[in-house]
Amino acid sequence: MGSKEQLFKYLLRLGDNALIQGHRLSEWCSRGPILEEDIALSNLALDNIGRAQAFLQYASEVEGNGHTADDLAYRRSERQYLNFLITELPTGNFAYTITKQLFIAQYDVILFEALCKSTDTTIAGIAAKAIKEARYHASHASDWCLRLGMGTALSHDLLQNEINDIWMFTGEMFEMTELDKDLVQFGISPDLTILQNIWLDKVGSVLIKSGIQLPGQGYQQTGSQQGIHTEHLGHILSEMQYLQRAYPDATW
Amino acid sequence: MNSTDLVTSFERKIDAEDKIEPRDAMPEKYRLHLIRQISQHAHSEVIGMQPEGNWLSRAPSLRAKQILLAKIQDEGGHGLYLYSAAETLGISRDEMIRQLHEGKARYSNIFNYPTLTWADIGAIGWLVDGAAIVNQVALQRTSYGPYARAMFRICKEESFHQRQGYEIMANMMKGTVAQREMAQDAMNRWWWPSLTMFGPHDSDSPHSGDAFRWKIKRKSNDELRQKFIDKTVQQAEVIGLTIPDAQLKWNEEKQGYDHGEINWEEFKRVINGDGPCNRQRIEHHKKCHEEGRWVREAAEAYQRKIQSINN
Amino acid sequence: MATDTQLDLWEVFIQGKSGGHHMHAGSVHASDKEMALKNARDLYTRRSEGGSIWVVPSSAIISSAPDDAAMLFDPANDKIYRHPTFYVIPEGAKQI
Repeated sequence: MGSKEQLFKYLLRLGDNALIQGHRLSEWCSRGPILEEDIALSNLALDNIGRAQAFLQYASEVEGNGHTADDLAYRRSERQYLNFLITELPTGNFAYTITKQLFIAQYDVILFEALCKSTDTTIAGIAAKAIKEARYHASHASDWCLRLGMGTALSHDLLQNEINDIWMFTGEMFEMTELDKDLVQFGISPDLTILQNIWLDKVGSVLIKSGIQLPGQGYQQTGSQQGIHTEHLGHILSEMQYLQRAYPDATW
Repeated sequence: MNSTDLVTSFERKIDAEDKIEPRDAMPEKYRLHLIRQISQHAHSEVIGMQPEGNWLSRAPSLRAKQILLAKIQDEGGHGLYLYSAAETLGISRDEMIRQLHEGKARYSNIFNYPTLTWADIGAIGWLVDGAAIVNQVALQRTSYGPYARAMFRICKEESFHQRQGYEIMANMMKGTVAQREMAQDAMNRWWWPSLTMFGPHDSDSPHSGDAFRWKIKRKSNDELRQKFIDKTVQQAEVIGLTIPDAQLKWNEEKQGYDHGEINWEEFKRVINGDGPCNRQRIEHHKKCHEEGRWVREAAEAYQRKIQSINN
Repeated sequence: MATDTQLDLWEVFIQGKSGGHHMHAGSVHASDKEMALKNARDLYTRRSEGGSIWVVPSSAIISSAPDDAAMLFDPANDKIYRHPTFYVIPEGAKQI
């Protein structure tokens, strides 16, 4: 197995991704395009926040400093967060959210499929639950891609526009950092370069069916695994952590 | 069926405590009364998502975040059940939303007050949902079948709402001085508006006559309010909160609490549009409805394309 | 373009556990059947109520008229020979 620090860092990535993604999805609450979809988006958010809790809980156990999952979520700063940049991008319009959902949920599906076979049995256990959620999320996102891509000229153009805009944040999800290279050796996490090809196939086939052009191989943003984020994350955290920071002695 | 037969068959059912179902004969006034009441109830659930949603991004723990989101989601679901019940009376949800936007349909006054601190989330769950559930439990016996069934499901699901609110308040009262002050402050601001949720005194309630005769309403405003006060005072005492009513006193004879007079002038002012958040709530709803338009239109256009391919 | 902004109405039937009947749970709005199914799942199975879902366009349902109730259902009332309790079984007979 890898070192404690490596495992801890990897768990933060998994937990932070789910937390920030869940937080962004929860921003749709009371704002959905129709009441049914409002409820659907809340379900997606709840799956993500629940998953964040599971991974951060395990992270806190691995860290072994007496911190809780909440301490990790509410007391770390921007530079210590390891979520991918794509998760912190603004909620935006519905096409923007669906684009993010498509990219992230398809990634989650193949990641958790691989993590179900992780040599770390706790990760494998969480992944076994998460894979079911992720499959539903991916199906939900694909359905909406079809509707928006094939719907009206306006919805098609909006979707194409958001796909083009967000594309440069997808490469980061497959970067093999030093941490990844080490963990792959121990069978804890999968080789992301292999995952990337599967992901491109899956996302590509949804987009083609939706009448959307795949963006070319442009520049890909990076930085989150060094804690270098977009400007958005600071705002998310200053809201999310407000009570814990303003009343450090309080428990809720 | 002529109109006399219609009235007799309807009244026979009401007398026999049978439920009225969508295709049953019913007086037009009964139908309109129900549409007004059920749509108002549905709008209340949906508008009620906003004041609580105001704290979603600031919920202080992962647990609190999930609970609050699940709770607000439930409110949306309950709005949906109620819209469906109203739709069986021949009004579309589209029309109900239009009436809300045009100010012709109302929603519960309580949601025109702002949520200022996290304790307000506790107070809403405990007091506002607590008051709502007293009302809703009584409505499970309402005479219109789809409404009664919606109420049954809602009551079953809502049972956790009040508990989560009370838990927030209880935890804060066990916490720091700042937390206790925050909790008492929320209590002070939400107590009186909660009491107005039951509507005017029975003596001033304009629609009660028909509603009782038709068994839409099963208990009077004052009866329900009394029930709420009696159970809530004890709950406040257990966690050390003070009810902001100097005249609140146990009445041995009626086995209930006497309470001070509600500020009906404020109630009327807020209900007539001059509450702190009336405009904000409707604007929010309108804005999201408009912003969602292109999404709904895309979904409809997609469906038409699929149909034309299949045909 | 339809003037109604709330999509079409669908009826939802849920089977709670395997082997049971699908029971009417309520309705949802949706523009297509995939959406109707997912919306039903997201709304009516939040507390593990579901094992299987059917959705049907509300417009595809026909219901009996209350005025026809006597004609439709009363004639069954005197067919008591359809119920096992109608028959007299000799004492001592088993497993019948």
